[in-house]
Amino acid sequence: MNNIPLVHFLYLAAILFGVGMFGVLARKNAISVLMGIELMLNAVNINFLAFARYWNWNSLTGPVFVVFVITIAAAEAAVALAIIISIYRHLHTANVDDAHFLRG
Amino acid sequence: MIQYSWLIPAMPALAYVLITIFTKRSQVLSASISVLTMTACFGLSVGVLLDLLKLDPANRLVTFGATWLQISPWQANVGVLIDPLSVNMLLIVTFISLLVQIYSLGYMHDDERFSTYYSYLSLFTSSMLLLVVSNNYLQIFVGWELVGLCSYLLIGFWYFKPEAANAAKKAFVVNRIGDMGFLMGVVTIGMVFQTFDFAQVKVLVAQGLSNHTLASGYVAGIAILLFCGAVGKSAQFPLHVWLPDAMEGPTPVSALIHAATMVAAGVYMVARTYNLFSADPMSMTIVAWVGGFTAIFAASIALAQDDIKRILAYSTLSQLGYMIMSLGVGGYTSGMFHLTTHAFFKALLFLGSGSVIHSLHEQNIWKMGGLWKKMKITTWTFAIGTLAIAGIPPLAGFFSKDAILDAVRDSTIWHHETLYYAAVFTAFLTAFYMFRLFFVVFTGEARDKHSFDHAHESPISMTGPLMLLAFLSVVVGWLNWPGVDAYSKFVYYGDLHLDGATSFIQLLTQSWLSIVVATAGITLSAFFYYWKIFSSEKVATTFKPIYLLLKNKYYFDEFYGWIVDNILFALSTVLKWFDDEVVDDGMVDGTGWVARKMGGLLSLTQTGYVQNYALVVFGAVAVIFLLVSF
Repeated sequence: MNNIPLVHFLYLAAILFGVGMFGVLARKNAISVLMGIELMLNAVNINFLAFARYWNWNSLTGPVFVVFVITIAAAEAAVALAIIISIYRHLHTANVDDAHFLRG
Repeated sequence: MIQYSWLIPAMPALAYVLITIFTKRSQVLSASISVLTMTACFGLSVGVLLDLLKLDPANRLVTFGATWLQISPWQANVGVLIDPLSVNMLLIVTFISLLVQIYSLGYMHDDERFSTYYSYLSLFTSSMLLLVVSNNYLQIFVGWELVGLCSYLLIGFWYFKPEAANAAKKAFVVNRIGDMGFLMGVVTIGMVFQTFDFAQVKVLVAQGLSNHTLASGYVAGIAILLFCGAVGKSAQFPLHVWLPDAMEGPTPVSALIHAATMVAAGVYMVARTYNLFSADPMSMTIVAWVGGFTAIFAASIALAQDDIKRILAYSTLSQLGYMIMSLGVGGYTSGMFHLTTHAFFKALLFLGSGSVIHSLHEQNIWKMGGLWKKMKITTWTFAIGTLAIAGIPPLAGFFSKDAILDAVRDSTIWHHETLYYAAVFTAFLTAFYMFRLFFVVFTGEARDKHSFDHAHESPISMTGPLMLLAFLSVVVGWLNWPGVDAYSKFVYYGDLHLDGATSFIQLLTQSWLSIVVATAGITLSAFFYYWKIFSSEKVATTFKPIYLLLKNKYYFDEFYGWIVDNILFALSTVLKWFDDEVVDDGMVDGTGWVARKMGGLLSLTQTGYVQNYALVVFGAVAVIFLLVSF
């Protein structure tokens, strides 16, 4: 474990973040967008843990943040899925481009 | 008393407010408020005069005031300036106004808007008094404009008559042209001297001229701008056209406008700002020639008019021309003296004509005649007024008119001989047309039996002022009785000038020419209209073109009408096009168009797709990251 350099974790996190961002920006299905967000959050988690590991393993700041992020992500997923279900019931589609009621 | 002099313009203004707000319903109350305040004003003016006489002749100037507006570096004051000139005007204005108000009790008694009439009269007098007591250029302008407004209200008092409404409009518009020059003059004074105060400007002008920091031509320019206002208000050529039309108002108002207020304002203003006019010969020459030309021009028109009030109106124009000319040639005292005497005999003549109109309901002199049988008092008083304006000694007009002729003869102004002979000829014309009016209206046989049978002498409220004015028209000239010269020693500019005559006989011999022309005018008039040896109809037909030219007032109304219809209207059409097409469509609508289009462009960014917004957010983060890292 100690043999793997920090930068590899960062590459992995960056790739995951990029994939997630692509999902958020390019996918039309709301579920896919939500999945993209989850990926981005987890990319951040990897960064937190990687830095915590290489910086100061005795400090709990990084892991605690990760726990918070996972908790918030769970809550967010619950709310977001509820909204998506509501939109689906309303519009019979989960395409985010169709949900533009607020457009002037 | 002088410290209370600010009450003189304030009281009639208060009377106006009281009548307008509270007592309009009651005619008796309204008229009494107005007449009583005017009596108080006259009494106060006399008190101010007596106080002023106690002072040393060299220091007869009291001024005080308060700040009205402070706009650094300018300060607009409202104040009072009491000197012989303003006291002279105060006495004339309050006295004539008082008599006109008393006279109006009879003249206007059956008018529905009697109370309104009195409120307007009070406001009119108040504005004139505000102008007269002013100690600065700004306040005189305020009074000036108020006088213009009141003349509009009073000339158009019978607004349901289209002629009256039009005459009021005409007076207002023509005055506006002159007032623009006046306003420009006042603004220039404020810019150059940083003050509007008469005394301060006077000192600054004298300083600037003596140490050559101020060109006299510059002062002359300011003086001429101010003179534009006087030309409008005192109805000098070429802005004379409004005054004859102002006859559409009630006759007492005509008397007030012609004798004391309004038209005297222009002459007074020139006298008040005389230091600006006398700085340069150019401005003096213009003033003198405008006045002299107006005098002879208006007198010639009066020869061929048929309306009793119009003849008097043109005679006013002519006499005002005399006053302006006198100021222009340096005859400050004689000009103001003529204003004073003229106020009495012109008020007398107008109120006399009002008495005739009141009894006959007719203004055409060719439908009158033989009125002396029915209206003894009016006839006698009118005769005195006519003799006074013709300049027959020892009546008032003789002294003042002769002083003016002397001043013109002795002046050094450009072509003063021409001006002098024009003035003498005007005196001849004045005597002729005034006696033409008198003979036609009062002597001979009645021309219109029906209205003659209804003719009656007017009530005492009307004849009383007439008799008082007739008495004063005789004696007021005696203020300048040769050897006494009380008026000349009271009102003068710079150094005291006396005409040199020390006895009445000497004055008569000195001024033989003016007596001869006046007598000649009266005699010729008698040949035509009293003895009827010559036929005026025959003269009119022989010289038909000239007669028509005079009768139509040199076609000035038509000429101005043509200018308005063609030149002004064409110019307005161009300006309207510019306003419609360039200002409205181009600039106003253009501003809206640009704003709308910009909004449309910006609204393209508001797609409503949440992913676009997210893209912008991430893109922005990426850009910031790149900027920070490199």
